[in-house]
Amino acid sequence: MNTTVRENRNDERAQMEQFVAPVSSVIEDGDGYMLQVEMPGVNKEGLEISVENNELTILGRRSLPTIDGALIHRESRPENFRRTFELDPSIDTGKISAKIEQGVVTLTLPKAEQVKPRKITVN
Amino acid sequence: MSLIRYQAPELSNWPTFGRLSNLRDELDTLFELPFWSNFGRQTQLFSGWTPALDLYQNNDNVIAVVELPGMRKEDIEISLHDGMLTIAGERKTETQGGEKAERSERYIGKFRRSITLPTRVDANKVSATYKDGILTVTLSKAEEAKPKQIQVNVS
Repeated sequence: MNTTVRENRNDERAQMEQFVAPVSSVIEDGDGYMLQVEMPGVNKEGLEISVENNELTILGRRSLPTIDGALIHRESRPENFRRTFELDPSIDTGKISAKIEQGVVTLTLPKAEQVKPRKITVN
Repeated sequence: MSLIRYQAPELSNWPTFGRLSNLRDELDTLFELPFWSNFGRQTQLFSGWTPALDLYQNNDNVIAVVELPGMRKEDIEISLHDGMLTIAGERKTETQGGEKAERSERYIGKFRRSITLPTRVDANKVSATYKDGILTVTLSKAEEAKPKQIQVNVS
């Protein structure tokens, strides 16, 4: 099975600020991949996506609702989100698009034209 | 005395006991197959979904903040029973079929999360907002649970 979008866990830059690796999923269809990353509390303004040397980095800074009251029970973590993925060479990095909806980032990673499955008609 | 009780996710997320007899087979398969092909199913099998929940209170309200990324508003159910707040719902898959999941850590399906509230609340005064994947439920404290200043005249 060929690896497509691989996570890169040993990233040095992650040492400087504490981040939480968000939960994600990758779905493949004929034309490319769809990467979904869960970042509750992150909106469009807090989202930074970059591609460098076939590495896709998603950074989400949370803007959490301010609550007037004393915290009496906590399960959430205060850290921002960050995760790096290694991109398959078949992905056309110039055509990556992203949207964020209710704290879920959806990235569309299309394959370059020449690697898409193609039917050849025989005359 | 513990005021807040932790509740594990619904048992239905877990394999039924009938599956335990197949454990041997499962393990055998796990070692034969490449790791990734089993990954998605295994994570879902062991984790379920217990959304993180924070609880705040002030003089008038108890506020619950729950991380529920990627839900539709209408798929979130909030209920109150016997001083216990329950948040339940279902996260539906957005795929149309034809695609294959390459690797999935996201939980898809039903979830239920309950928490015992620290004070009595007025069931008629509950409001909720859902923004950026975060659900905020504001529950108004019952009159008798609100702190009161009592004036005592000493003669």
